[in-house]
Amino acid sequence: MKISDIVALLEADVLAGRDGLEREVPSAGGCDIISDLLFFGKPGMLLLTGLTQPSVVRTAHLMDIAAIVFVRGKSPDERAIELAESLGMPLLVSPHSLYDCCGRLYVLGLPGVIGSTRRLQAECA
Amino acid sequence: MTLRSFSHSYPVLGGAYYLAGRAASDVKRRLGEQKAPAEFARRVAIATYEAEMNICIHAISGEVVIVMEGERVDVVANDRGPGIADIGLALTLGYSTASEKARTMGFGAGLGFANMQRCADRFQVSTQVGIGTRVEMTFLPRPGEIPGGAEPCS
Repeated sequence: MKISDIVALLEADVLAGRDGLEREVPSAGGCDIISDLLFFGKPGMLLLTGLTQPSVVRTAHLMDIAAIVFVRGKSPDERAIELAESLGMPLLVSPHSLYDCCGRLYVLGLPGVIGSTRRLQAECA
Repeated sequence: MTLRSFSHSYPVLGGAYYLAGRAASDVKRRLGEQKAPAEFARRVAIATYEAEMNICIHAISGEVVIVMEGERVDVVANDRGPGIADIGLALTLGYSTASEKARTMGFGAGLGFANMQRCADRFQVSTQVGIGTRVEMTFLPRPGEIPGGAEPCS
C-alpha cells in the first residue's frame, strides 16, 4: 500500500518526509512500547503509535521503518519532526484512534507485521 | 565485506533518554557508508540501541565502545550502576525492573537482553551488584546477508 493512500485513508496531515509518500509499505504495526517495536519491528513497515517523543523517530530509523502515523491527533514535538525531515521519513498525524487507524488499513489489505507471537515466545524460552 | 578499522567510545548518561541512541545511529551510518549488508547493519544497530537504553534506564552512567575490523563488529556496553542481582531472571523474556518513567517513555518491556542475544553472534553479560554491568557482543555477517544492501543514512 502506498503511503499517499494511507494519508487519504487515515485523513492524515503530513508533518515531514513529503518526498517519501510514493513509497510502498508491505505491512504495519500498532505499538506504544518502544521495546516491543525493537523486538518485533520489520524493515519497510508502517508504524502507528501514540508515542510522540524523538526517540520514536530514532528507533524507527534504526529499524528501517518506512513511515510513522501518530494517532489520536497527537503531534510529535519539533525535535522529532526535524529529525524525521533530516532522515526523509514521512510523519503522519491522524485524528483517529490507534484501533480505528489499524482497522481502516487492515480491511483494505495491509497485513500486520507479526502474526501470532507464540512461535517467537517458544524460540526465546 | 571488509570494514575500515574503527574504534570509538560513546558516553551514555543515566536518565538522558533524548541522548541515548547516538552510538546506534552512528554505527548504522558507518556500516551504511561502507555498503555493509542491510540486515547486518540493522542487527548491530538494534542491539547497540538496546545496550544504550539499558544504561540510560538502569545505570548512573556508562559507555558503549564500538570496534570495527575486517568482517566483524564488537560492541561493549559498560556501566556504573546497580548491577543485576539475578542474571537468570534478567534474561527471562518479559522480566524488567525499569522505572515508571522508563515505561512511560515506551521502554522497559523486558525484551532487551533477548533482542541483543537474537541480534548478536556472540553475547556475554557480566555484572557485580552495586558496581555495574558489562555486556559484550560480537557481530559477523550471516549467510544470506548480502553486501551492498544498506542504505547510507544520516
